[in-house]
Amino acid sequence: MKKLNVFLFGAIMMFALISCKNTKKTTEEGRDAVELSGAGATFPLPFYNVIFENFSNENGDVVAYGGIGSGGGVRNLRDEIVDFSGSDAYLSDKEMAEMPAVIHVPTCMGAVVLAYNLPGVAELNLSGGVVADIFAGNIRKWNDPRIQDLNKEINLPNAEIIPVFRSDGSGTTFVFTDYLSKVSEHWKSTYGAGKSVNFPIGQAAKGNPGVAGVIAQTAHSIGYVGSEYAFAQGIPYASLMNVNGEIVKPTAESISAAASGEIPADTRTSITNSSATGAYPISCFTWIIIYKEQKYAKRSEEQAQATLDLLQYFLSDQAQQITSEVHYAPLPQKAVELSLRNLQGVTFNGKPLTHE
Amino acid sequence: MNDKVFRTTLLAAALVMPIVCGGVILSLTTDASEALSHFGFFEFLFSDEWSYTPGNEHYGALPFITGTLLTTLLALLFCIPFSLPVSLFVGEYFKGTRMAEVLSTVTDLLAGIPSIIYGLWGFYTLRPLIMELGISPQGSGILTAALVLAIMIVPYAASLSAEFIKMVPADLKEGAYSLGATRAEVVRYVVFPVAGSGIFSSYILAIGRALGETMTVTMLIGNTNQMPGSLVDTGNTMASIIANQFGEADGLRLSSLIAIALMLFLITAIINMIGKFLIKRARIV
Repeated sequence: MKKLNVFLFGAIMMFALISCKNTKKTTEEGRDAVELSGAGATFPLPFYNVIFENFSNENGDVVAYGGIGSGGGVRNLRDEIVDFSGSDAYLSDKEMAEMPAVIHVPTCMGAVVLAYNLPGVAELNLSGGVVADIFAGNIRKWNDPRIQDLNKEINLPNAEIIPVFRSDGSGTTFVFTDYLSKVSEHWKSTYGAGKSVNFPIGQAAKGNPGVAGVIAQTAHSIGYVGSEYAFAQGIPYASLMNVNGEIVKPTAESISAAASGEIPADTRTSITNSSATGAYPISCFTWIIIYKEQKYAKRSEEQAQATLDLLQYFLSDQAQQITSEVHYAPLPQKAVELSLRNLQGVTFNGKPLTHE
Repeated sequence: MNDKVFRTTLLAAALVMPIVCGGVILSLTTDASEALSHFGFFEFLFSDEWSYTPGNEHYGALPFITGTLLTTLLALLFCIPFSLPVSLFVGEYFKGTRMAEVLSTVTDLLAGIPSIIYGLWGFYTLRPLIMELGISPQGSGILTAALVLAIMIVPYAASLSAEFIKMVPADLKEGAYSLGATRAEVVRYVVFPVAGSGIFSSYILAIGRALGETMTVTMLIGNTNQMPGSLVDTGNTMASIIANQFGEADGLRLSSLIAIALMLFLITAIINMIGKFLIKRARIV
């Protein structure tokens, strides 16, 4: 009797599983709904999660995204095991040459902010050169005249500065050191820009939460944190002087302003140290990268169409409005127009796909 | 018939472990070979440079081997004054009493606490204390990590040593008492010499535990890749560098991390083998 029960239970489960798989949904356009998979940058993950959920509610396609880091995402795309990859860094010309043609689509903007822990100091102003010298170990004390000059109205303590940096490879580190390399010749020649950099001084922690946690617990420390994390957590962060000599606080507006200048047609550009008026100098794009020719690794035309729909959804006003709600910044209109034009070039088996 | 089936099943199940272990060694060796052949085994072992500079990457394991050995030995040093009294209390002085039972249960309970909890305790309680006492301005470092590690390995060292102390034959101890020895003298001249190698081996196994501890160390050591200059300096252990950098690493760096994993595997294996060997000897005595 018992055996029969177990058998029946098993049979019911099997049936339930099979019937689950068989219920095919259709999208608004009438094609079969598909499951898309992507992998890559962790920086835009909170934004992507909202967008993917909205997209799946509206369109029927389900999107799975693994936050495994930009490098891993690009590797997965190269191995042709994902539909798209997210990356905080655009591919270099050399990387582009090593794989079939790809398209970069910026999805939102963010920034790297300098979080600090100075008891009693609510507003702190810094400049690029000063930040570079702090992280290079050339400025060791908080009351160094170069910091004091930028903050005339406050009394900085005669305390040792404790820099905090990322112990794991990270797009945040890349954006930050890319900026330092632009503002400091010494930084560029000694340490350079990269996802992992040989920081000479301070201590390191894993991920934005790790760095933010160490700063919160350590008086007189300073470190760099992704803006989305700092904004969401309400951590104190410094204002930075940009190329025009303006002291700018990182906000959705000042981050978007950084991309208001010229953008190349393929949107592959670094916007750190932007010369635009009112721009926060350590701002960045984050991209989704797809193959221009969507027929690879047994993908169906539905999948290709869904990938394109997803990217168009990202560029819609509706999606861009969500950016600031989840502590990112919207793309400037110019970047949206360029990207929509780039998406026209996406093909499946040589044929262009349909656009809304 | 039934017996045969049972035997075959047992054999198959037992074979799984050696196969897994062999597979681990095989894949570690193959993936580490790129780094080891690029830098050379001894160069990799003794170089203290861990530099990402593109085109001029250089990876050496010495800072991490040093970090691992320093934290482990310090942890052992800090752990002895706590674990040895516990094991004597439980195994000899108050053997079999209610009190000893409670104490040994509580100590064993410590072993069941997840390492992240120890890490958080270290981060939010011990680290600010170290900063406040002025031991180091940044709080993180080898010393902080070693202190928390010490607490983590106390239960391993204490409960196993207590077992060996309990095993000391009663007639030996009674003989010593009848000759007029005090309790302290019995411990000093009978219990320690007899249970010595057993106690020693329990500490070796505790070391094995400290060597591979990752989460707690990563939260407390400061994660810098330079050679630590002093005990309050920040550093990295072999386990923590892997935990920190594995995610985004590729190419030569990935291979170097796997080479470090291979070395950690070998060190842990050797230490465990020494421990097992000594336990066997202790049983014979």
